[in-house]
Amino acid sequence: MEFLFYFGDVFTPVNFALLLVGTIGGLILGATPGLSPTMAVALLIPFTFKLEPAQGLILLGAAYTSTVAGGAVSAILLKIPGAPANIATTLDGHTMAQNGEGARALQLSFLASAIGGVFGVLLLIFLTPLLAQWALAFGPSHLFWLAILGVTVIGSLDSASVVKGLLSGCIGLWLATIGFDDIMGAQRFIFHPSLGGGINIIAALIGLFAIPQVITMFAKGRSGDGAEVIKVQKHSIRKAIAEIIRRPRALGIGTAIGSIIGLIPGVGGQIAGLVAYDQAKKFSPEYAKFGTGHSEGVIAAEAANNAMVGPSLVPLLTLSIPGSPTAAVLLGGLLIHGIFPGTDLFDNHPDVAWTFINSMLIGQILMCIFGLYVAGMAARIAQVPQSVMAAVVLGLAVFGSYSVQSSMGDVYVMASLGVMMYFLERFGFSAAPLVLGLILGPIAEANFIQGSMIASATDGLGPYFMTGTLNIVLIVLIAASVAYSAAMELRNRRTTSKEDLMI
Amino acid sequence: MSIRNLPRLQHIIASGLVAAVGLWVAWISYTQQPTEAFLFPRLISTVFVVLAFWTFAKALIGLTKVGAGLNAHTIGNLAPGLAVALIYIFWAARGLGFYTATTIAFFILLSLYDPAPHNALRSWLRRTIITAVFMAVMYGLFAKLLQVYTPREIFF
Repeated sequence: MEFLFYFGDVFTPVNFALLLVGTIGGLILGATPGLSPTMAVALLIPFTFKLEPAQGLILLGAAYTSTVAGGAVSAILLKIPGAPANIATTLDGHTMAQNGEGARALQLSFLASAIGGVFGVLLLIFLTPLLAQWALAFGPSHLFWLAILGVTVIGSLDSASVVKGLLSGCIGLWLATIGFDDIMGAQRFIFHPSLGGGINIIAALIGLFAIPQVITMFAKGRSGDGAEVIKVQKHSIRKAIAEIIRRPRALGIGTAIGSIIGLIPGVGGQIAGLVAYDQAKKFSPEYAKFGTGHSEGVIAAEAANNAMVGPSLVPLLTLSIPGSPTAAVLLGGLLIHGIFPGTDLFDNHPDVAWTFINSMLIGQILMCIFGLYVAGMAARIAQVPQSVMAAVVLGLAVFGSYSVQSSMGDVYVMASLGVMMYFLERFGFSAAPLVLGLILGPIAEANFIQGSMIASATDGLGPYFMTGTLNIVLIVLIAASVAYSAAMELRNRRTTSKEDLMI
Repeated sequence: MSIRNLPRLQHIIASGLVAAVGLWVAWISYTQQPTEAFLFPRLISTVFVVLAFWTFAKALIGLTKVGAGLNAHTIGNLAPGLAVALIYIFWAARGLGFYTATTIAFFILLSLYDPAPHNALRSWLRRTIITAVFMAVMYGLFAKLLQVYTPREIFF
């Protein structure tokens, strides 16, 4: 119950103001099509430099939570998911809006998000300290395999092609080695003076997530056919609360599935929303109504994608393995303040850890309150033209990456990586594993070198890295994640081929 | 255009470039000294090369299934914006000054991609106001709030 001791810290004027800013800003950013939660959090990182670590994390955490929930606004009113996590919400939410029930759909989505989100954060509160203590048993070989597991899980599960996902992870791991080697001081892959100090993680994150979005907006050209927002009729919040209470099945399924999926590194909110929607449909006696504007579809999908947020931070805060691309960006936010997840975080910075986690709990409630009242307004912001969004995001990316170290080199790195990522994405490569490789690369290398030194003084490299229960479990998990994804990819291809033949 | 109809050449070039980078990384990792500093890069580059050549081989025999590639329409749309963005980042930001360059680039990009008609005075007025508001916000946030010192060359 240590978290209760730090509860009051969330309500200091500065912390609470940042929580409000993060929540309202996140709702607006989430409602804006084209601005993913990951990109929103990456663009916010430069604004946390001048803040205390806990304050910076409060801002980023609030933005993470509310961008996922805010994405429901454009999913329901525009049929454009604000984030991949809101794809399932469009299935019934937009039909409800077309039937004149937009306000009801929005209210249900925010209530379900808040309930799912609170449950997810409670899991984070109770699981994290236990796992952090367990993490003490990890030696260099285990941490090396864990870092590799983080890259391979996201590389294989988050990408359409397993090989290209893993290759993206390899590119990220290589990029992490650029600069001076920590032990020998040797220069590695420094082919431009800007790379002397290695690749700055924040500049890289901004470039890899923001610039491809900007170029994608450019690629749409001068398209004037902006999405039409459906007008929101008034609907009683009390009735929405009563309806949520009457739908415990959909709420329970969404919350449970979101929480479980959040704990699995790399799976993410998109899968959580879709799986929860599918399961809620299967278990519902009114399954025929799904897809025709049924409220259970919205409740299950939104409860799931927000329940996923808290658990996705469990592997991050305990083992340095981000559970989602946005969690990877949050890891970058921790590292710039010199804080390392795991026991260091809970033993040496409990105030930072618990204030951050508690703020996420309060943030869920604030998100719900503001969501219920400002959803209609956020929908108008969702209509901001792509031309404005592209120029704004580019400007923020340039200023944000420059402000990291007041270095033009970081801006060049940001732009180069961003342009490279856009073209790589066009050919099936993925940003998430590349970012994971970049972030986990130094952890993997440091533990590999340390492990090699221990191994050379003891049993040798092979036995040290390949034997022992924990090493074997981690290796099996790596192999299983790759094998499972490869099998799913093959199955999907066969299904697609059959559909093609039928056409 | 469906993935199946994409010119195979595009995938061959893309995966070929990735494979070439992989080879270069492996070559540097295995030839540079001291060995201890390149131990981890050797490990990564080996996997990198294997996966890159697997992808390249699949592209060569036309088995690539993932990735929408690029078509002339997409390239035509993104080329002007990308050119403005690159000139802004790699030359103008330092050459003209951060805020001046950002103002110009923002206004050009807005005008290039704004669906509003170019022959209406109202459109240009709207673009000018949006640019002015954006720059005021950026100046307030970065120069005043975060106190970021930008390279002040010809202009501020």
